[in-house]
Amino acid sequence: MIQNSGMARHALLRLVGLIPTLLMLITVAFFLMRVAPGGPFDTEKDLPEDIEANLNAKYHLDEPVLSQYFRYLGQVAVLDFGPSIQYKDWTVNELIGQGIPVSLTIGMAAMVLSFFLGTALGITAALRQNTRADYSLMGVAMLGISIPNFVIAPILILLLAVYAGWLPAGGWDWSIASMVLPVVTLALPVTAYIARLTRGSMIEVMHSNFIRSARAKGLPESVVIRRHALRPALLPVISFLGPATAGMISGSVVIERIFSIPGLGSYFVQGALNRDYTLVMGVVIFYGVLIIVLNFLVDLIYAWLNPKVRYDENR
Amino acid sequence: MSLLRQLFVLPILLLFLGACGSDNRNPSAVDRHVRPVDLVLTEDGRPIPSILALEQVLHRDNGEEPQTLDPHLAEGLPSAHILRDLFEGLTAESPEGRIIPGAAIRWNISRDGKTFTFYLRRDALWSNGDPVTAQDFVYGLRRSADPATASGYAQVLLPIQNAAEVLAGDLPTSELGVVAMDEFTLQIIMRDPTPYFLHLLSHSSTYPVHEANVLEQGHSFSRPGNLISNGAYILKDWTIRSSIELVKNEHYWNAENVILEKVFYYPFEDQSTALKRFRKGRLHWTASVPSNQFAWLKKHFPDELMISPWLGSYYFGFNLEREPFIENPGLRRALALAIDRDLLTEKVTQFGELPSYTLVPPGIRDYVLPVPDWAEWTQDERNAEARRLYAEAGYSEENPLRFEIRYTNGENNKKMALAASSLWKQVLGVQATLLNEEYKVFLQNRERKVLTQVFQAGWISDYADAYSFLNLFRTGYGRNDFGYSNNMYDSLLDEVAAERIPSRRRRLMFETERLLLTEMPFIPLYTYVTKRMVNPRLKGWQANVMDHHYSKDMFFLKAESELLEEITVTGQRNDANLIEETDSEVTGLEAETPTAGQDAATPAEQNETEIPGEAVESVIPGENVETTMPEEADDGTAKPPGEETETEEEIENVLDEVDTTSGGTV
Repeated sequence: MIQNSGMARHALLRLVGLIPTLLMLITVAFFLMRVAPGGPFDTEKDLPEDIEANLNAKYHLDEPVLSQYFRYLGQVAVLDFGPSIQYKDWTVNELIGQGIPVSLTIGMAAMVLSFFLGTALGITAALRQNTRADYSLMGVAMLGISIPNFVIAPILILLLAVYAGWLPAGGWDWSIASMVLPVVTLALPVTAYIARLTRGSMIEVMHSNFIRSARAKGLPESVVIRRHALRPALLPVISFLGPATAGMISGSVVIERIFSIPGLGSYFVQGALNRDYTLVMGVVIFYGVLIIVLNFLVDLIYAWLNPKVRYDENR
Repeated sequence: MSLLRQLFVLPILLLFLGACGSDNRNPSAVDRHVRPVDLVLTEDGRPIPSILALEQVLHRDNGEEPQTLDPHLAEGLPSAHILRDLFEGLTAESPEGRIIPGAAIRWNISRDGKTFTFYLRRDALWSNGDPVTAQDFVYGLRRSADPATASGYAQVLLPIQNAAEVLAGDLPTSELGVVAMDEFTLQIIMRDPTPYFLHLLSHSSTYPVHEANVLEQGHSFSRPGNLISNGAYILKDWTIRSSIELVKNEHYWNAENVILEKVFYYPFEDQSTALKRFRKGRLHWTASVPSNQFAWLKKHFPDELMISPWLGSYYFGFNLEREPFIENPGLRRALALAIDRDLLTEKVTQFGELPSYTLVPPGIRDYVLPVPDWAEWTQDERNAEARRLYAEAGYSEENPLRFEIRYTNGENNKKMALAASSLWKQVLGVQATLLNEEYKVFLQNRERKVLTQVFQAGWISDYADAYSFLNLFRTGYGRNDFGYSNNMYDSLLDEVAAERIPSRRRRLMFETERLLLTEMPFIPLYTYVTKRMVNPRLKGWQANVMDHHYSKDMFFLKAESELLEEITVTGQRNDANLIEETDSEVTGLEAETPTAGQDAATPAEQNETEIPGEAVESVIPGENVETTMPEEADDGTAKPPGEETETEEEIENVLDEVDTTSGGTV
């Protein structure tokens, strides 16, 4: 009970802390975008002055930067991110709204896959420390981390889509088949990373005193692992999960490009390259909120797993 | 443990096996594209029905997501491709790129070249069944020029009277030089005679829009379900950055001859993904191909790889506002001479790009390129001359020329800069350094002309006219990043703009470009090509320099394996068409007869716009339109639809006659 109220207070504080962080983020991103050379309408084609003036007027780019900034803050306050400059038929809200389900599906699927697979492999390797199984697992994991996904992805497409013909070679239609390759490619390096992380902490935990005590009490090894070793061993993995999940959901430009997936990642990059101010700002704010919320969730899980960091100790 | 090891070794083994096997299996990948049956056409150029595949659905890679499907906001190729299917302008293009009648069945051009009168088809309908009227075009053009629309491509309209003032907000849109004479007659008044205006009319900025539709739906009128269009297709579905689905518009005046039932456009940003999907048979048409795979594609997909010249030039520009290139045409010439273009196109670009010695690319009808004499020399001769000029400009081995080449990301840009700098070093001893810049930074630096010395550039024209290229070097032109300014050049351009007679206009443009080539404010390098994979069963399209391909002209042939016992009916069919065709020739009125809307095309309805002595022959899509020139027309020379060259020449003849009889004013 006491513990719960402490948690709630902590959660509330964190949520209130979100606002100044976001404001800072918006400010920095807004002015950085304006400082970047070139504007959204620069192309190799000549843009007559009058036409440029019309365009600037339409997106309020003819106003002083400061008033643009406050206008934008006003819009954000009511969650209106404005029209996209690049994709003229859509508002930024619509674009992000269409991208979120896609990115969320792929990101979460990849995260779940890499979490379970990664921890399972890591624990397996740790329990067989310094055996051939351990070495080969960790070797493969090292490969998984170090081979970039723009190398793995085309190989997978070539093998499983072009030659074997089992899966589509890119494209997105909400079918499981079109999700397999992107999810696997996205999950591979994270799986490998989690496996190594888990192995390391598991080995450390297995050598600690409380495990020795548990064993001394005559508990069977499986119970020792499940009940005593697992929780503490997962702590570093959990703290890694926050940023990793945010990274996966926010979408990988490379994966999206190679598999031609309409997620959020390329809005961010393409938006920045095209100086699509409104789109970039919308995505930045969305990412900001996402990362803050995920880190917050991770903190909660962390507290649940690890009594040492609970916020109210007087129980 | 051993199980575990197996688990992990297995996939790795498979991976390697797969990789090794890949070479052997390539030919089988080629075999996935079944060979089509032979193409048999009827007399009017249409495929006979028995050879058509049962499924007529095209999956087309569009390269990128279109920025918009609002025709008046559209810029860029992805939007243009889709809009050509959705809408129909006053003029359209045949598969080989000639101007043919679109929503207008014919047109007159006044003697001074400033008044275009268009006679619209009476059977053209919007996708909701409303007739397409002259008022729709007036509304469309006014909307396109309206400052509130903020079209980024309204400069296409600038040749129209008052367009500049309307765009600047100085005049209301109603002052734009566009008038609906009656329900089906449209008059456009120009500021200058603009011979290429008919080409511009196939650009989306001039398309009509359905007024009630736009007013009702506002900003979201270009969404599926909302959009009312007048082209061969309607917008069925649009999942952003996934696919755009078009279905045949049953209200289209020529729907009977539109064979593809559905067209899907995909934004495959990654060319190798598109290629893989193509190999799987899930795409029939790619936007491009990976630039480093020419040899492999040529070997394995000879029937699929389609390469043809494009109306675009790739070149290096000099900044003439900065040392060392100010007032130094000799030095600029030396650098231009020292580049072995054959080597560049063979080793760097690789896809059969044409080495270029002029600004304007080949492929513009009737325009003769002022190819400089050194284009005929051997590279050794050019190098010798380059060394002489280089020394003359005061540079030597001890005192080499130093400068920076700026380029941006993109296909081959880096390789081109690298190749050029090493050729310069080899031939002249020039010390050129390479500088890569992000696109927008690059553009800004080019425009400011403070940092740049030599920069990469290219120009692909929206319309087939040399003026589009020559105008890049006009003093004060917004993207004259060369800082080139020459009074004589500018006045020649003015003369071109005011010139009405095509042959004289061409001669003027020839002179203009020749002047430019003696001054060398740029280094011509090569002419772009379009390169794509096309399913061999897809026919009805042709390579053209504009790279405009209407889905309505395309169709799928049956696979060879599907060929059964058919092909017997061909003869009868042809006869029937032949008769109808001769019919229309005799009456000269039933322009649209064999294909659509028999009722709408009755002589009675036609003849109020008919000019005595004029005969418009059959306008059958996909077929050459022949025209007979009228001897006289109400306000000058009539220009009926048809082969541009023919009519232009004839106008020319008429005017030349006038010139000679009146003693010649030139």
